[in-house]
Amino acid sequence: MSDATDSQGLAGRLWGRDPVKVLALLAVIYAVYIALGLAIGFEIRGQINSIATLTFYIGVFGIMALALNLHWGYTGLFNIGIVGFMAIGIYTMAVVSKPAAETASQVGGLGAPLWVGMLAGMVAAAVLGLLVALPALRLRADYLAIVTIAFSEIVRFTLLSRTFQEFRIGDRTIGLGGGSGLLLPFNPLQSFLDVTRLNVLQDALVGLAEPIIGGNADAVINSFLYGVLLLVIVAIYYVVLTRIGRSPFGRVLKAIREDEDATKALGKDTNVVKTKAFMLGCALMGLGGVLWYMQSGAITPNTFRPRLTFFIWIALIIGGAGSNTGSVMGGAVFAAALFQGPRYLQNLVESAVEVDAPSNFAGAVAPIFDSLSVNPFLFYVIDNVRQLQLVFMGLVLIWLMHNRPSGMLGHRKEAAASVSLTRRPAGQTTAADGGRPGAGGGDGDE
Amino acid sequence: MGVSESYERGRDLFQSNPIGFVLGLAVVILVLDMVRKLVTGDVTVARFGLVLKAGVMRGMVIGLAGIGLSLTYSILNFANFAHGDYLTSGAFSGMAVSYLIAGNFGRDASIGALLLVGTGGSVFGGALGVGAVTAPVAVLAGLIVAGVATIGLTLLVDRYVFKPIRDRSGITLLITSIGVAFVLRYLILFVFGGSKRGVTAEQPSLSVGVPGGAVEIGTHDVALFVVAGVLMAGIHLLLQNTKLGKAMRAMSDNEDLARVTGIPTERVVRYTWIIGGGLTGVAGYMFVLWKGTLGFFDGWLLLLLVFAAVILGGIGSIYGAIVGGLVIGITFSMAPIWIPSAFGRAAAFVVMIVILIVKPEGIFGGTSTA
Repeated sequence: MSDATDSQGLAGRLWGRDPVKVLALLAVIYAVYIALGLAIGFEIRGQINSIATLTFYIGVFGIMALALNLHWGYTGLFNIGIVGFMAIGIYTMAVVSKPAAETASQVGGLGAPLWVGMLAGMVAAAVLGLLVALPALRLRADYLAIVTIAFSEIVRFTLLSRTFQEFRIGDRTIGLGGGSGLLLPFNPLQSFLDVTRLNVLQDALVGLAEPIIGGNADAVINSFLYGVLLLVIVAIYYVVLTRIGRSPFGRVLKAIREDEDATKALGKDTNVVKTKAFMLGCALMGLGGVLWYMQSGAITPNTFRPRLTFFIWIALIIGGAGSNTGSVMGGAVFAAALFQGPRYLQNLVESAVEVDAPSNFAGAVAPIFDSLSVNPFLFYVIDNVRQLQLVFMGLVLIWLMHNRPSGMLGHRKEAAASVSLTRRPAGQTTAADGGRPGAGGGDGDE
Repeated sequence: MGVSESYERGRDLFQSNPIGFVLGLAVVILVLDMVRKLVTGDVTVARFGLVLKAGVMRGMVIGLAGIGLSLTYSILNFANFAHGDYLTSGAFSGMAVSYLIAGNFGRDASIGALLLVGTGGSVFGGALGVGAVTAPVAVLAGLIVAGVATIGLTLLVDRYVFKPIRDRSGITLLITSIGVAFVLRYLILFVFGGSKRGVTAEQPSLSVGVPGGAVEIGTHDVALFVVAGVLMAGIHLLLQNTKLGKAMRAMSDNEDLARVTGIPTERVVRYTWIIGGGLTGVAGYMFVLWKGTLGFFDGWLLLLLVFAAVILGGIGSIYGAIVGGLVIGITFSMAPIWIPSAFGRAAAFVVMIVILIVKPEGIFGGTSTA
């Protein structure tokens, strides 16, 4: 290799590394948001707030897409009941960890420590995953899809029903709260920071921010720190799932995705492996649900409608099923461009012009014919961004399935083999893995 | 027949299909328990009749919509998650026309309010007198437009969304159909608004006296029953007696074989959408006419029940879809006799899941599109 191409080669090699891709993507997203924030004319407080919200959604969608990737990307299990497992996770956690009710009319919990509740949430999600998996995993993919979505709706009806609203165990009143939901008196961030002694850092940040953004700086800083904590958890999910994917167990999963009968013929008990993978994914989804909602103050059953499941699916499909890097990037792109983006643009427009939106579609369309004035229609569009963004998500999904079915990174599915399956001509290295020598070559894709 | 003989038969039955036997037993026990409840007066005959009627009516809607879903499922080989929103589209387009005609083309209220089906409480169906007796022309026109508009919509969606990826796997098509469902549902929300509105006026009804009260049979019960029954009979004749029906059955059996035999598969696909879309649109319209309220979420809420019916009956079988629809509808309505009413829908899903596990090919399974 000559000197001239060396620096180019270095940049190429650097770009070939997946964490670099993820960090570059995040940098671009944050740059755009900060620029937009400046355009809106946010104070520094609003700026940090919007970045914190963005980070939160990048984190939760990354976590959920990674968990789904274990089901769909690795094992080929078509699970569209994700919200069901999320709901079980957070509700179990709430019942286990909420303090006992002080008055008889309140719905209390068992008062266990926070981490016990989180663990219980994961276990409950895994156990219900087993309950679904036992009969359903031998079904065709489209049947599994219908069973899982029906299951997630059954979970929602159960949470909504008055039957389980509250009941007594011993002298405690616990329950699921019915349609009005549950209050969540948790402060997971503070507990975490106190336990890990990172609260020193938190105090320092607050002290630093106080002069700039004024009073009550800790609320802003805390929501920002929670977002950062979620990103750390995304990294942990990523490492764990990548290790699982490379393990012999992971290779069996990929083999099942490609051809279950062949895998069976090679002597693997595919039903057991699929059940394990499904339960593990469900536990991760349960934990995802806990992390998503535990600091939100309250939950209601109707949060867990199937459309949340489809959000996570779109995130995974954007990134490309089968790749953990793709999952994280898909989660980030979905959160920034499709989920938060339109709302952010709405803010942008509303801060620039006085939006005087008509109350219904007739009022929006009539002026076009009467006086060729499109402003009311545009205002109506701005006012209803939250509905139109779902239309847009649908269009993106259709476009992706037509044009990029394997996601933004292209074909990234890992082969179900421990050695590289691409033939290397003598003296040349394959482009896919950046030419890394040695035993790790086969895993260059990730 | 002696006791030992029937015992033998029972044992054979149990050995050949133990899970089916247990399920059959469960159904028999539930029926016997129902009889006991009726005799002891736990459940009055009036309540039983009311619940059964509601179940049959809902079942007719699910069955009618299920025929369309079942046809596309077997011929195009994918589960269409946009089907529920085809129902909603039919309901809104048909109701817009009914409102327009019942409102005398803008003389009783503004055209915009009528065409948007009274969005935001600008005009009420009850005030316009929308109903099969009070405004028969409006309802008939609405019915026809619901069918035609939904046919147009399904053909349009097929042309631009499903046709370019016809050769891909069923899962790819399924995911794409979720995208279509999002687009349709939230466009409807964007245009027509999110309020759940009452759309019909009070109609005459017939009260049948039974022990413990009376069972009311309304105009729209009869209308739904007649429309659904006629359309079901028509689709039966079409599939059994015409060349198109034969071609459709051939295609759902084996598409490649159908093509080499000279069947124009793309044309059959188009007719599949026309039949399925028309029935679905009409089902959506009759559903809202029957229940009297309209919201953008209606079709989606019905979709999983329609899936349940289609799977129960066996994908590709239109009789299966009809019977499955009735079973699911009746389960949905009857379940609250035994379990808390919040779980009626859940009970219908459980029936579907059990069938998927025990007999994934459905009760009419194996006989495709017949």
